[in-house]
Amino acid sequence: MTTTPAADSVTTAAALALGDDALVLSHRLGEWAGHAPVLEEEVALANIALDLLGQARVLLSMAGDEDELAFLREERAFRNLQLVEQPNGDFAHTIARQLYFSVYQHLLHDRLAAGDGPFAPLAGKAVKEAAYHRDHAEQWTLRLGDGTDESHARMQRAVDALWRFTGEMFQPVEGIDGIDWPGLERTWREAVEDVLVRATLTVPDGPRSGAWRAGAGRQGLHTEPFGRMLAEMQHLHRSHPGATW
Amino acid sequence: MVTTTPLEEQLLELAGSVPDPELPVLTLRELGVVRAVRAHGTDSVEVDLTPTYTGCPAVEVMSLDIERVLREHGVREVTVRTVLAPAWSTDDITDEGRRKLREFGIAPPRTGAASGPVRVELGPTRTGEGGAADGTREPVRCPHCGSPETELLSRFSSTACKALRRCLACREPFDHFKEL
Repeated sequence: MTTTPAADSVTTAAALALGDDALVLSHRLGEWAGHAPVLEEEVALANIALDLLGQARVLLSMAGDEDELAFLREERAFRNLQLVEQPNGDFAHTIARQLYFSVYQHLLHDRLAAGDGPFAPLAGKAVKEAAYHRDHAEQWTLRLGDGTDESHARMQRAVDALWRFTGEMFQPVEGIDGIDWPGLERTWREAVEDVLVRATLTVPDGPRSGAWRAGAGRQGLHTEPFGRMLAEMQHLHRSHPGATW
Repeated sequence: MVTTTPLEEQLLELAGSVPDPELPVLTLRELGVVRAVRAHGTDSVEVDLTPTYTGCPAVEVMSLDIERVLREHGVREVTVRTVLAPAWSTDDITDEGRRKLREFGIAPPRTGAASGPVRVELGPTRTGEGGAADGTREPVRCPHCGSPETELLSRFSSTACKALRRCLACREPFDHFKEL
């Protein structure tokens, strides 16, 4: 994909942070292929994964060679949020992760698209895609939360379990200028709480960054399941260097 | 806008005549994805192509097809650049393109989607004579029987750009090129 190479190292680092979020979540969503609860959902999750992969390709190309960055970096060199690397869990976990991330991504890209920084062209496209992802996640949160006792309980467990990874999203990312991070966080909380309340769910009240440091993923510190995910994602490329279809 | 030479216009026409690999009833010009053609001398040409979705897998095939067609017409060096801004919108699909989509069995996107922030629609999924049930938009009409009474089955369909709907009158399911 042709894009202008990033002008400086700060922009490169920011492109990696945003690109790794998209790449890693894309891979996680791709893991649902062949396993989703219904065909329509399989198609939906794969389509969302494809949008994110497209965004990742543009962003990683701003930082260097997209294939090298995706397939030949070690775990510590990835700059994605810990939220996006969390395993799919049951469908409710995937939807909770989608809700937290897609609201964040929609709000962030909306702001980036309005500016004139290096990420504005991509954000102008990605914001439209993220709006669909957000709609999808909100619809499912409402349906599961306000559904049966079983779906309600599972959705509640999922939003509770992933809550602790949401603080990291609002750590300022160096190289992304002109973002009011505390303001972004307030808007995110209002939007997410609104959906949770309408879904008859209880807004989690646990810490959003506690025993570990918020912002750890952005500094290359990842949770245990990420290593296994990377091993699977990178295995083919590493085993057959230079292979083509 | 830079002035276009007659040669560039001719090349733009050629590049735009390439059929879309996923919706072969449409040409790239009707889809609105070929942005510009720049000729450097007579045998080196640069084409600006914009993707419908960032991850649209058809972009690479489109690039190769454009390259092939221009080479067949004697251009020795063809470079296809992917440009993201301004972002493509379904409003870029021509009227002729919309008509062809409908004939092909795909409900075309409604117009007026382009400007401003994207509204997250948590609203109704059915449309009828009066438009969408929240009154904000025209209805999505069935491409088979023309009925405005249709409902959403799935927000995502066979490709990233389409949603799956069903006609409540003739009961046929159909793809809807969703507004972006």
